[in-house]
Amino acid sequence: MTVPALPPTAVAAPAARPAHAVQRLTELPAPGEQRWANGLFVAPFLVIYLLLLVVPLVYGWWLSLRHADLLAGTSRFAGLDNYIELWRDSIFLGAVRNTGVFVVMTTPVFVILGLALALALNRPGLLAAALRAIFFGASVLSVTVVTLVWRLVMMPDRGLFANLWRGLGGEPVQPLSIEGLSLAVVAAVTVWWTIGLPMMLFLAGLQQIPRELYEAAALDSAGRWRTFVAITLPSLKRTVALVIVIEVVLQFQLFGQVWFLTLGGPNNSSRPIVQFVYEKGFREWQVGYAAASAQVLFTLMLVGILLQMWIARRREVSP
Amino acid sequence: MHGIELVGVTKRFGSVEVIGNLDLQIDAGEFLVILGPSGCGKSTLLRMIAGLEPVTAGEVRLAGRDVTQLRPGARGVAMVFQHYALYPHMTVYDNLAFGMRNVGVAASEIERRIQEAARILELEPYLARKPAQLSGGQRQRVAIGRAVVKEPLAFLFDEPLSNLDAGLRARTRVELARLHHRLKSTMVFVTHDQAEAMTLATRLAVMNRGRIEQLGTPMEIYRQPATRFVAGFIGTPAMNFLPVDRMPAVNGDAVVKLRDGTVLATAIRDADVGADEALTLGVRAESVTLAGAAAARGRTEVIERLGDRTLAHVVLADGSTLVAQAHRDSPVAVGDDVGLAFETTPLHLFDAAGRAYHAPVSR
Repeated sequence: MTVPALPPTAVAAPAARPAHAVQRLTELPAPGEQRWANGLFVAPFLVIYLLLLVVPLVYGWWLSLRHADLLAGTSRFAGLDNYIELWRDSIFLGAVRNTGVFVVMTTPVFVILGLALALALNRPGLLAAALRAIFFGASVLSVTVVTLVWRLVMMPDRGLFANLWRGLGGEPVQPLSIEGLSLAVVAAVTVWWTIGLPMMLFLAGLQQIPRELYEAAALDSAGRWRTFVAITLPSLKRTVALVIVIEVVLQFQLFGQVWFLTLGGPNNSSRPIVQFVYEKGFREWQVGYAAASAQVLFTLMLVGILLQMWIARRREVSP
Repeated sequence: MHGIELVGVTKRFGSVEVIGNLDLQIDAGEFLVILGPSGCGKSTLLRMIAGLEPVTAGEVRLAGRDVTQLRPGARGVAMVFQHYALYPHMTVYDNLAFGMRNVGVAASEIERRIQEAARILELEPYLARKPAQLSGGQRQRVAIGRAVVKEPLAFLFDEPLSNLDAGLRARTRVELARLHHRLKSTMVFVTHDQAEAMTLATRLAVMNRGRIEQLGTPMEIYRQPATRFVAGFIGTPAMNFLPVDRMPAVNGDAVVKLRDGTVLATAIRDADVGADEALTLGVRAESVTLAGAAAARGRTEVIERLGDRTLAHVVLADGSTLVAQAHRDSPVAVGDDVGLAFETTPLHLFDAAGRAYHAPVSR
């Protein structure tokens, strides 16, 4: 290992030190020597990170360039064949579209509703604390429980919706079986299920804003709306960006809710990319093809986040 | 014209009474400093004037108008906070303009006032910067500027200098005094720093446990502290307190005996002092000097050389300690046997309840 060049003052300094300090220095390893031992401290993390993240990532890329069929036990290099095939696969393109629509439907709701809930519940008192716990509590539930509850609610003849609908004098409908509606219902269930996380992030962000700022604004005759727009929102800029990034990453990975509510139907109108990956990989055993579609998902998520960061930075630069 | 009037103001948090039935009149143009230890209610009092803290009972009047129920922004006061409370995402200019824009001041007038304030406070080069790009002292000046541009009926300062380092604090103190002289506005300044209080105040209110212990000019309070608390709180080093026994009066003046046997004649009218036999003598270091031949004797334990003067911590024969002042070049050393000469007029006596007795002022 080479010793990095030190500025002249740093090199000269030890010579000026008293003798005992110099002696102590010589007992310590010279810079650059034996530093590898310090690496042991990060080794546990590094091993897990390499084995569980980097290796699968690289392996996935490599796999996506092969025709690998687990059932037939064959595997051969295919170049970009899988990607070209994906480009022509209408089911896959539909899944990409569904996933994109789902992300666009849910992310703004998470931001706006999460912030609204946080603003409403950012106060002392038992009621607010209880409501915070309830809203966050739903996120703890398993996807199976959540979807089961909602399937009961939406049961065609005895469900809550059906009864309500009938009470209003209408004919009961099954929203999950309507082509244009099923994905929206999945989105609503998803928001109901996981609104707790953005709410908590916004609550944390709100509590970071010093109370003195609000007092100064009150003395500056700012009304509630003006205070919100001029003080609260700008202070939450980073939290908004964080929530968007987290939700984009999470919602691109939509799977469980669809799997238990619609199975991707009707007519593939709610099939997301992850379901496509799962079905190709573990139902049809075409792991190369599945890996290629997973890479597309990865790229889409990356593009989504980069886009968000680019917009955020542009807004910061412009006055 | 009236300044600020507090009538029977009371503040309770739940069952805890922080301020009880407090009356205070602050004249227009006055620089009133509220001084007290932390937790004495001084900040709460200021926040009640600002409208940031609701009043449990009583009335707050500003320029003759009852503002007790008014929102902070509608009261016509401006406040400078301890941590500046500048809007971090706005430029200095927008920080200054924010309050004026909210009440619909014309853009040309906003511009004029900001340029004026920036000139007085030397903020002109920083108007386009954000608070994070400023030093602590510059931020404090912006916070003061934000108050100045509002042309308020009264300025409220909540320990605004406590976040600055010692040198900057002293400079900003002088700047504030200059600003008050220039604007001639009513200013209320809360602090726990007695040097700030003494230098800035035209009048000083010393608070303790939610009550104003004494209200007066700085020198009145320094020379004639109303209570033992005030006497101990004002002055550096703190006033010496020694338990004394009362002796028969001489020529109507009280005479006391220290526990080491020294008898001291005071200039305090004996008849004024209550019936208490056990009293406490209060004497500032500057009123006790080292004198070789004096009757009271002790041994020096610590010598503090402050440059302009020397402080000697002296242990008396009975074990009690007192701080005396010596000349800056005094040769006194630790362990020396020294005599102590007490000035007569600046001696104070305190009864068991803490009430103070002084020599009549006229002498």
